Amino acid sequence: MITASDVCKRYPEGREALRNVSFEITTGEMVFLTGHSGAGKSTLFRLLAAIERPTSGSIVINGQNLASLRRNAIPFLRRKLGLIFQDRKLLFDRNVLDNVLLPLAIVGHPAKDARRRAQAALARVGLPGRERTFPIALSGGEQQRLAIARAVVNRPAIILADEPTANLDSASAGDIFEIFRAFQQVGVTVLIATHDPLLLPNMRARVLLLERGDLSESEQRPVPDTSAP
Amino acid sequence: MIGWLAQHQAALRDAVRRMTAAPLNSLLSLLVIGVALTLPTAGWLTLDNLRQLAGDAPGVQQISIFLTVEAGKREFNDIDSRLREARAGNWRFVPREEALKRLQAAEGMAEIIGSLPRNPLPDAFIVTPTDVRPEALEQLARNFSTWPKVAHVQLDSAWVKRLDALLRLGKLVIMLLGALFAGAMVTITFNTIRLQILAQAAEIEVAKLIGATDSYIQRPLHYFGMLQGALGGLVAALLASAGFHLLTPGVAELARLYGSSFALQGPSATDVVVLTVIGGVLGWLGARISVLIHLQRVI
Repeated sequence: MITASDVCKRYPEGREALRNVSFEITTGEMVFLTGHSGAGKSTLFRLLAAIERPTSGSIVINGQNLASLRRNAIPFLRRKLGLIFQDRKLLFDRNVLDNVLLPLAIVGHPAKDARRRAQAALARVGLPGRERTFPIALSGGEQQRLAIARAVVNRPAIILADEPTANLDSASAGDIFEIFRAFQQVGVTVLIATHDPLLLPNMRARVLLLERGDLSESEQRPVPDTSAP
Repeated sequence: MIGWLAQHQAALRDAVRRMTAAPLNSLLSLLVIGVALTLPTAGWLTLDNLRQLAGDAPGVQQISIFLTVEAGKREFNDIDSRLREARAGNWRFVPREEALKRLQAAEGMAEIIGSLPRNPLPDAFIVTPTDVRPEALEQLARNFSTWPKVAHVQLDSAWVKRLDALLRLGKLVIMLLGALFAGAMVTITFNTIRLQILAQAAEIEVAKLIGATDSYIQRPLHYFGMLQGALGGLVAALLASAGFHLLTPGVAELARLYGSSFALQGPSATDVVVLTVIGGVLGWLGARISVLIHLQRVI
């Protein structure tokens, strides 16, 4: 589903953000990308979202090589991805419902069904009945839920989240990760970039560790069995 | 196809929403565009009215063919058939008796005419040519003068040439003025769209990041420019109509004093449509240029 091979990213000023990064994420897998600030997580997120292009190497998502993707094909790739940004990128002059409706409007989804789908997405992230509220009136955790609802309303096969729990307390962060796990359980591939290692031991997921642009570790972390009596 | 139409509908709705969101700004922009388009429009219409006035004026763009005094019925028929063959336009025959009566009717002429031993006036044909270009009129007059029993051909070519030169100069001035104001209108729309892009930079960025194509982003801005331009064209038509409406009674009175039935013509329905379309196209152009330049900086 996602294959990165020898991906390098060097910026014009000479800074090397990623060095020969290679990994593979299979369909329905949940993967954490972790590392300290400046390790290259956001750069990798931007490459996966086709916001930037790698200097060398290749990234293949659903059979499409992003390095050679034509500029006018990028929007169509992004429609298949559920992107969640570190700064959420919500539209504060539009209410909750209109924020979630935006991706559907972009693909030209029929208005009536779009509304139904947006409401379903909001219900799924725990924001039912908040359609008319403006984002400014939501808490940080609720704003993040709204960003997730907007990302999943087009039913993407892949969710890419960059620091989705930044500035959230541990309870809210836990709730957000639970939402992601719920999506993974229905077959959605989830890649979460986070600098917060404290949250990782509680999740069943593979972890990719980035250090100063090098992917130095890849391991499977267990999760406590919560189903036991 | 339905999806494509729906996206265009949504873009148009978005453009209307943006316009109504700041009604005072929109109104002022429309007025500025309206005034910018009104000036060349009014000039063009004035020129059109002048052309019509000149065409209606007696003696202008007409050629008089005076026959010799001894010309009779046979010569009349000959000239009449030659005019028909030459497809010279419309003509009418003025017999010498009718010409004398008209002259007698003129103030102070009755006594002079009465003292004459016989009618000195010849028969004449008054030709109103279809092609009124000065060179065509002169060619026609030269042709008439070669016909048998034609004593004199009268064309006030100097007056026709002066009028034509004046109208051509006026047309050029109006076209230059039009180009200047069209440029101003494109600039106004360019700037309006630039401000829109700056104000909505966040929304544009988010839309791009979640899969909006360039067309999706640009479409409402194009519609906005086109709508603003078209409405500006309508405002110009309204202003020109109002101006001509106010001037009509005064001009009609003046024309009546000169014995003319001339009436000032304001913009016709076709003119209104043309103005709206020109406004829309110029608005779209301003938006298009602005989008091409400024959208790259946002995304």
